[in-house]
Amino acid sequence: VRVFSFFNVSPVQWLVQVGASAGKALPQRVKIVEVGPRDGLQNEKTLVPTEVKIHLIDMLSEAGLPVIEATSFVSPEWVPQMADQVEVMKGINRRPGVSYPVLTPNLKGFQAAVKAGAAEVAIFGAASELFSKKNINCSVDESLQRFEEVTKAAKEAGVRVRGYVSCVLGCPYEGQVSPDKVAQVAKRLYSMGCYEISLGDTIGVGTPGGMAELLEAVSREVPVDALAVHCHDTYGQALANILIALQMGISVVDSSVAGLGGCPYAQGASGNVATEDVVYMLHGLGIQTGVDLPKLMDAGAFICRSLNRKTSSKVAQATCKL
Amino acid sequence: MGNFPTTVKHCLSYEELIQDYPWLARWLQEEKLALTHEYPEYVKIVEVGPRDGLQNEKEMVPTGVKIQLIDMLSETGLPVIEATSFVSSKWVPQMADHTEVLQAIHRSSHVRYPVLTPNMHGFQDAVAAGATEVAVFGSASETFSRKNINCSIDESILRFEEVICTAKQRQIPVRGYVSCALGCPYEGPIESTKVAEVVKRLYELGCYEVSLGDTIGVGTPGSMAKMLHSVKKEVPSSALAVHCHDTYGQALANILTALQMGICTVDSSVAGLGGCPYAQGASGNVSTEDVLYMLHGMGIKTGVDLSKVIEAGDFICKALNRKTNSKVAQARGDNSMHCRMKKINT
Repeated sequence: VRVFSFFNVSPVQWLVQVGASAGKALPQRVKIVEVGPRDGLQNEKTLVPTEVKIHLIDMLSEAGLPVIEATSFVSPEWVPQMADQVEVMKGINRRPGVSYPVLTPNLKGFQAAVKAGAAEVAIFGAASELFSKKNINCSVDESLQRFEEVTKAAKEAGVRVRGYVSCVLGCPYEGQVSPDKVAQVAKRLYSMGCYEISLGDTIGVGTPGGMAELLEAVSREVPVDALAVHCHDTYGQALANILIALQMGISVVDSSVAGLGGCPYAQGASGNVATEDVVYMLHGLGIQTGVDLPKLMDAGAFICRSLNRKTSSKVAQATCKL
Repeated sequence: MGNFPTTVKHCLSYEELIQDYPWLARWLQEEKLALTHEYPEYVKIVEVGPRDGLQNEKEMVPTGVKIQLIDMLSETGLPVIEATSFVSSKWVPQMADHTEVLQAIHRSSHVRYPVLTPNMHGFQDAVAAGATEVAVFGSASETFSRKNINCSIDESILRFEEVICTAKQRQIPVRGYVSCALGCPYEGPIESTKVAEVVKRLYELGCYEVSLGDTIGVGTPGSMAKMLHSVKKEVPSSALAVHCHDTYGQALANILTALQMGICTVDSSVAGLGGCPYAQGASGNVSTEDVLYMLHGMGIKTGVDLSKVIEAGDFICKALNRKTNSKVAQARGDNSMHCRMKKINT
């Protein structure tokens, strides 16, 4: 009887809604977060000239992508590809309505980013202790403490913060990763003030079963509207994993134009899923993205020519007339 | 539907609700089952690399290599391996050695070796060579039928009727294929009711199974679901298979959709052999390795040893002097860290 005083729905309806995560209808609209210019280029061996990066971002803006990760305010010693971070931020043509988040691993990076005009930043946590130590030289807890400084400063400056959790479906050092561990890290990032948490299958080992299990665990701690999936296609599983995620209520998907960014743990293997292939699937499902696929493919063709490499996008390969 | 705040959820505990409404537990259990996905426990993989795969490779493959490939595949646990095609060697030179291949392969007792037989002539040759299962290829698109086999869909089915009847008399099972199930290179999108019609005809003629081919790989989970919905009205799911091409990268997502809709037979090609004849440089068949990786990761049994399939894939790629199309094989390559990360998904 208590139930009726809280909601105007019957208890049965409420429980069905709460339990029906796997049976939800697909979202009508999906937000694509384009990570090619940062995550993609960062994992490409060839150093890309600044003007090329700027032109790429401008082309992606024209293609209708709502979010384009522009660069990373890490130390150029660690990531030489991102050394021109300030120049890129200042050189791009910022389209109204489009967000250009940048990575900020610490307070110093955050301050430099804001100075360069960033209106949104991103922080990168890990669900695996070993990965955290090997990647950023500290434990998961220590990294979260570091990020708390950034989120506090961001709140004061009115800057939005996006959180990433890596190794959500497996770690190159630890192997299996517990979904509850991922949920805990996601929860901390969310309660720190991150408006969205992107769950990264860093080595692409995940399959739909594991993805469903993961999302069930994480969505108990963080509302599903605040979650995104960042799938790698190293084992060809990305689109299947994204499909399952959509079925479970996820409506934000990270991807990389032309599938830029190989896997640093497997020479010659692929990394990020190609934006073109994701958009093709979403449009085929009747889901809106706001993205113009031909213009997106133009951007992909441009960056592949500049990098002198073949596209990793199957849609681009299939439609190429060469 | 929304997300209720965690605090409120805690106030309304499931246990207390069940106390008030004892019939709820059983009702909810049934409701939830209808809403969550149930996957098949077992999926049968039909390996088409030696036939569909090689047929679409430019390099002519020596007979010895074909035989060795099939023999390696027979050791992997694959239950069905499409061995060759009894078409005229004028049309398909790659399959000219069909009799030799069929007679020389080591036939494992756990494996079936269907061969393509486009007409009575081919069927008779196949039986003479020792075939114990055959396959016939229809199309859901009139234009594709005419361009591919020089006759209308109706005419092709009449041709197959002869084959199927004779096969029935000799107790030789016949598998049917329907191409362009999700789109045609000439006609564009194909009506799902048309696909269902052709599938039904092949099934009623006597094909024990009909494989639905996304010939140009344009399908997406949306069109796959729509097509299967129509086809399942005419033919039981247990008699259906999906043959997805990965030309647009959609194959695994399409296969996942098919599994969710009760399909439990999947065609695939070792190393993703067989490009797309309609898009130069583009990929064609989905890789058996990648399909297995997904299925095993989901806890679905196949009886197939993934590492042995990777070995067979390595062998044929070396022989063809080409790189594998399988992402799993690429990731597990010699120099990679992934090679040592076997514990996550095998």
